[in-house]
Amino acid sequence: MAQMTMIQAITNALDLELARDERVLVFGEDVGHNGGVFRATEGLQKKYGPNRVFDTPLAESGICGLATGLAVQGFRPVAEIQFFGFVFEAMDEIASQAARMRYRSGGRYHCPIVYRSPFGGGVKTPELHADSLEGLFVQTPGVKVVIPSNPYDAKGLLISAIRDDDPVIFLEHMKLYRSFRQEVPEEPYTVPIGKAAVAREGKDLTVIAYGAMVRTALQAAEEWAKTRGVQAEVIDLRTINPIDIETIVESIKKTHRAVIVQEAQRSSGVAAEVIAQINENAIYYLEGPVLRITPPDTVYPFALIEDEWLPTPERVLRGFEKALSL
Amino acid sequence: MTTDVQTKPVVPYVQVLDEQGNVVDSDRMPKLSDEELRTLMYRMVFTRIWDQRAVRLTRQGRLGFYAPVSGQEASMIGSEFATRKEDFILPGYRDMPQLVWHGWPLYKAFLYSRGHIEGGRIPEDVNILMPQIIIGAQIVQCAGVALAFKLKGEKRVAIAYTGDGGTSQGDFYEGLNFAGAFHAPAVFVVQNNQFAISVPVELQTAAKTLAQKAVAAGIPGIQVDGMDVLAVYSVMKEAVERAREGGGPTLIECVTFRYGPHTMSGDDPTRYRSKEVENEWERKDPLIRFRTFLERKGLWSQGDEERTIEEAKEAVNEALKQADAAPKMTIPELIDVMFKDLPAHLVRQRAEFAEEG
Repeated sequence: MAQMTMIQAITNALDLELARDERVLVFGEDVGHNGGVFRATEGLQKKYGPNRVFDTPLAESGICGLATGLAVQGFRPVAEIQFFGFVFEAMDEIASQAARMRYRSGGRYHCPIVYRSPFGGGVKTPELHADSLEGLFVQTPGVKVVIPSNPYDAKGLLISAIRDDDPVIFLEHMKLYRSFRQEVPEEPYTVPIGKAAVAREGKDLTVIAYGAMVRTALQAAEEWAKTRGVQAEVIDLRTINPIDIETIVESIKKTHRAVIVQEAQRSSGVAAEVIAQINENAIYYLEGPVLRITPPDTVYPFALIEDEWLPTPERVLRGFEKALSL
Repeated sequence: MTTDVQTKPVVPYVQVLDEQGNVVDSDRMPKLSDEELRTLMYRMVFTRIWDQRAVRLTRQGRLGFYAPVSGQEASMIGSEFATRKEDFILPGYRDMPQLVWHGWPLYKAFLYSRGHIEGGRIPEDVNILMPQIIIGAQIVQCAGVALAFKLKGEKRVAIAYTGDGGTSQGDFYEGLNFAGAFHAPAVFVVQNNQFAISVPVELQTAAKTLAQKAVAAGIPGIQVDGMDVLAVYSVMKEAVERAREGGGPTLIECVTFRYGPHTMSGDDPTRYRSKEVENEWERKDPLIRFRTFLERKGLWSQGDEERTIEEAKEAVNEALKQADAAPKMTIPELIDVMFKDLPAHLVRQRAEFAEEG
């Protein structure tokens, strides 16, 4: 076992899968010689050569179209979109092309592509780097969307994503890249896509989160237990498309109350979908409305005010209190 | 002092047969056997007949989405004829003839037109993608297919087709640029049929030719008389073999015309082009000039023409019968092809819709 940051766990996963399966290719802007702007692909081109790990011209649609072409010829591309705010440039090649390939061809072709991309707030990036755009892909049939909250899951989920025979969008929260280390086995292992994890057990309130908000929710839950003696159960979705409603329902059966903490703006999106599914599957276990603790429906904020815009532990705690009181 | 600005990149223009079927460039005359020349004619006549039948069938409601091809036979058939079976075609929606002559069964083309899943189930040994609806999306994918061949060391070529309107898309430039940067075995064929639905090519770009767009990507660009099947074949053959031998990608512009509407879904060409223009292009017809050329060589007769027409009609009827026999689709069947392994929510939805029966 080694102590790894999330970025190290990601590099490790790519390394192991490149070694295991020669159909795996890693490419994108600056991922080759430079090892990626966050060094996620550090050393991989040297180890596997420029035919396996390579730089592309600077064009997101080109990168994702390249991935589709390679995939229909039997490769397993891991394409990097340098920042997820740039994904609109590649929206057609992901949502209209790769995501529909299996369907359009009646199963003749498929696209085992992983789109890796950094996103997430709190690191003072210029605009259109930090936006939480995952909601777009919750409404896109044909893709899976994975957002790990820690190094262990990042490695196991990335290996699962690379081995998956369908397109997976793998979103890496920038604030989590180097903020903490965790024990991560050096050998390959998988964490299943589509399965949530209970990050903290509790009996009084179900808190559903993903990505960096898992840390914020856990922090608030600890504070809550300490100051008020109330126990929140924190569920880390890990995969947001599809959503593991079973784990959520099991928790609500116990707690009878739920909130969702999300870094994306409030309306529609993941939190809305979770509430819809709770409505369909667990409404009779509930003793109060399911609340959303989120930023407002504005454009992602300017760097100097983003810390106040993003859900803070204090705002999250107030949300917990409100959910308990209704 | 003013700087000398380069605005006229010069690309070659190739024509082998003029409108009267005379050989105007014998150096460019491709080395084709008599049988191959007859095959080109056979395919063009066959395709013209099938297109006319398809237009009628669409009016009768027996086909669905259909984009007529008459006028473009030389561009379509001449270019496909220069490929090998192992080469991979990424088409636009009008490019049915190339797909069918590359091995896609005609009845599947009809099923695609009707909106049936079987249309896209390409047989394992046929190297094509389904027709692309998003203009230009296939061009970036073509760079990927070509790079795959290069990485695997396979001597195969990826070919993307688009139209004049397609050259305005960002993806067009991205695809050319990627293929050029990777020195990948790709050929990009632009069938400039003069109109992107209703917008004429002069409003599409300030470029004097579409082939010159290759210059910016650092790859060869060439313009060809797209009504001259021998010129198209000659240019395409050279590009495909250059790519196969590691010489990188090429952009080919076929200057051609579609006689019919954009699609059979309500487009009225009289709104945007004159009868004079249509007549002018019909005088350039690819079938007439090639037929004249072959007749003079004693390689095509009235009998050949009639036999081809009969065979085409018969093939269309047979394909229609096969298409009619395709089983009705079900919603659960559609759910089954969303993912390799169905996620839990789709398993539940599958059961829900299966119950509806």
